[in-house]
Amino acid sequence: MTLEMLAIVLGGLTIGSALMVVLSKHPVRSVLYLVVTFFLISANYILMNAQFLAIVNIIVYAGAIMVLFLFVLMLLNLNKDSEPITSIGIKLAGIIAGGVLLTVLLAALKDGLVITQQAVESANNNGLVENLGELLFTKYVLPFEMSSVLFIASMVGAVMLAKREKQIID
Amino acid sequence: MVLASIFESGVSIDFYIVLASVLFAIGAVGVLVRRNAIVLLMCIELMLNAVNLLMVAFSTYHGKGDGQVFVFFIMVVAAAEATVGLSILVMAYRNIRSTDVGIFNKLKG
Repeated sequence: MTLEMLAIVLGGLTIGSALMVVLSKHPVRSVLYLVVTFFLISANYILMNAQFLAIVNIIVYAGAIMVLFLFVLMLLNLNKDSEPITSIGIKLAGIIAGGVLLTVLLAALKDGLVITQQAVESANNNGLVENLGELLFTKYVLPFEMSSVLFIASMVGAVMLAKREKQIID
Repeated sequence: MVLASIFESGVSIDFYIVLASVLFAIGAVGVLVRRNAIVLLMCIELMLNAVNLLMVAFSTYHGKGDGQVFVFFIMVVAAAEATVGLSILVMAYRNIRSTDVGIFNKLKG
């Protein structure tokens, strides 16, 4: 199987599981399909030789964020078919709006494409930990440190928000 | 291990542009159609991942690592956003016993 075939199969599977995220009625099933989507996107990263990002995508997205979503779903006891019914008009409007967005995106990007045969050096090593780490700690060291401040802020905010308030007497 | 560049084996950058656009549109439709606020947040993550995929594709295509560093920062911001968004949702659920975005207008003072 050539790499081209592999890329096409992976892309089709990614689109299919992303569709299932939107289409499945059960919220827990949506989360699980989203995890599958993230794994497939990681496979795409490996195909593009972005190995560091593939691993980080699995650890951060599939491992941390999705588990958080799953925890909240279980905590709120939404793991039954409690999905409110959307009216058919809103569904139709949403699908039409999404289709128009896709058409405009593809039409705009089709004309903007750079067709220059830019020589991509074979087997570039940009996605490896060594090169990304060097870039991260020299050129982008200030945003890297700022992201830690962002994490502290979001952690404090989450703790503050989720703290149980004084019991309201019914 | 270093794989050969995928863009030399017949896959053009157009393929990833189309793939990322379709994923972004699916995420946008999900935000418009679904009513459960948690699923809405998941669809936002889907849109962020579509952008990530396109950035990695262009980074590899141009042979520069900067795009992948930006994808790393997008992941950082997405993690922070998911944490705060979910805690706001838990808070709202405690008050109105639902995560239906249609009922959230009860929150008006």
